[in-house]
Amino acid sequence: MEQAIIIGHSSPEVGAEVQISVQDVYFEYESMDETPPKEVLHGITLDIRRGEFVALLGHNGSGKSTIAKHMNAILLPSGGKVYVDGMDTTDEALLTDIRRTVGMVFQNPDNQLVATIVEEDVAFGPENLGVPSAEMRQLVDDALKAVGMYEYRRHAPHKLSGGQKQRVAIAGIIAMRPECIVFDEPTAMLDPRGRQEVMDAIDNLVNKLGITVVLITHYMDEAARADRVIIINDGKLLMEGRPKEVFSHIDMLREHHLDVPQATELAQYLRSQGYDIPDDVLTPEECARAILKAADRK
Amino acid sequence: MISDITLGQFMPGKSFIHKLDPRMKIILMTAVIIFVFLVKNLPSLGAMAGFVALAMLLSRIPIRMYFKGLKAIWFLVFFTAALNVLYIKGEHVVFQYKMLTVYEEALWQSGFIAIRLVMIVIISSMLTYTTSPTDLTAAIERLLAPLKLIRVPVHELAMMMTIALRFIPTLLEETEKIMNAQKARGADLESGGVIKRAKALIPILIPLFISSFRRAFELATAMDCRCYTGGKGRTRLNVLKYRFRDFFAFLFIAGLCAGILYLNTLAPSLVR
Repeated sequence: MEQAIIIGHSSPEVGAEVQISVQDVYFEYESMDETPPKEVLHGITLDIRRGEFVALLGHNGSGKSTIAKHMNAILLPSGGKVYVDGMDTTDEALLTDIRRTVGMVFQNPDNQLVATIVEEDVAFGPENLGVPSAEMRQLVDDALKAVGMYEYRRHAPHKLSGGQKQRVAIAGIIAMRPECIVFDEPTAMLDPRGRQEVMDAIDNLVNKLGITVVLITHYMDEAARADRVIIINDGKLLMEGRPKEVFSHIDMLREHHLDVPQATELAQYLRSQGYDIPDDVLTPEECARAILKAADRK
Repeated sequence: MISDITLGQFMPGKSFIHKLDPRMKIILMTAVIIFVFLVKNLPSLGAMAGFVALAMLLSRIPIRMYFKGLKAIWFLVFFTAALNVLYIKGEHVVFQYKMLTVYEEALWQSGFIAIRLVMIVIISSMLTYTTSPTDLTAAIERLLAPLKLIRVPVHELAMMMTIALRFIPTLLEETEKIMNAQKARGADLESGGVIKRAKALIPILIPLFISSFRRAFELATAMDCRCYTGGKGRTRLNVLKYRFRDFFAFLFIAGLCAGILYLNTLAPSLVR
């Protein structure tokens, strides 16, 4: 079996407490007819540490969404184990504890909102957990403020834009005070502006609220913001490391039909043309600075 | 655009009637509707009509909105009244032409029935105009709570209602998208007879159904992620609370009902 390539340190905070531990997980979807079941995950092992921002990358059908759904017991492994704060996800008695520790935001904001008024939707999670009504107001208001949707608390969800709806969905998870939130391609259905709004909200979660974030995406520019990038290919771990290190392996990523951030791509091209530009450029700003420097030297 | 329709008929406002607790509103409106049927003579009819007019003013909903609500039943009111006039027999003949005989009693009775119908429609539209669908659902859930004892799934019904209200605009929008997509491929939705048009709807309904099931599945997963396990142990963000105005309204309606029963005894009954 091909061994995953671990590049550099696997995380900026090696030694930090492990929050989600995926241990040698296999998973197959049961088939409806006579065809043999389709195995999607072939033995994946990875750790998510407390307070970390991890991006999970992979092309369509790589199993990245499947692995995410294992992180709060929506799916249970066919082989191997998943632990959330030491709790085994196959233990049904722990289900509520697991799901209030690890929240999840999905791709389509429309299909996550339950209520006809924004604040009532945000309250849905805490209501299910039996939070006393007196404390609920504070939870809901704080959650809405954290994603910048407080002014819209009395609006109807269907009148909001995609980015706003997705932020309400995020608030609905924050209101449950989870320690970790898994985002399953939260920006895939949004326009560039909505994407920016959601990414800003996610940055806010990581930096201000100290929530562990696992972001599944196929936008490389979003992954570049993470502390650590994990690349899944065909149900196996392909690469893992800091974004700068992972994205410097452009040829290998291409081989597996993955992109690199545009800035990285441009930097790589300029370097191949003989310009003196470093190989760990990730953001447009870094790229612009590197080009200016190179131009100055000439 | 079809997605422009307002959800229910709620018209936000800050009037006395808007502010009443939705549970009290449902109870009182039901009581009033029952008493509309008990109105038997002119004094009690006058009292009831006076109350309805007062409530209409208090609700601060434009009068034309009530007329809009009445438009739908205009024909029904007219038709029942006409039938009553022609069929009810009495002693005092007002008008006779060949086979047609109209009695005074018939005129009174059909008049009463028409006015009753109009009042009922006004009162029930007042409930939907002044109460948000969310409040209405919450109130129904609370009022029906005793039925849980006989195993009626009250919470589940209220949840279904909430989700239905939430998804009506979303599905309307989707229907419109699918219709446009099919039109772009040459589907003809507007011409032909009833059967041809019904057939033309099939390519719209099938994708709509498939996507609704997909939505339902995703929503169920999302609700699982938010620890939804049914109505047990759930708390609420907005707790319904009776206030002074609710008791005031209750006393007022109780007085009205007692008054109507009393007025009914003062003059001879005009309806059977």
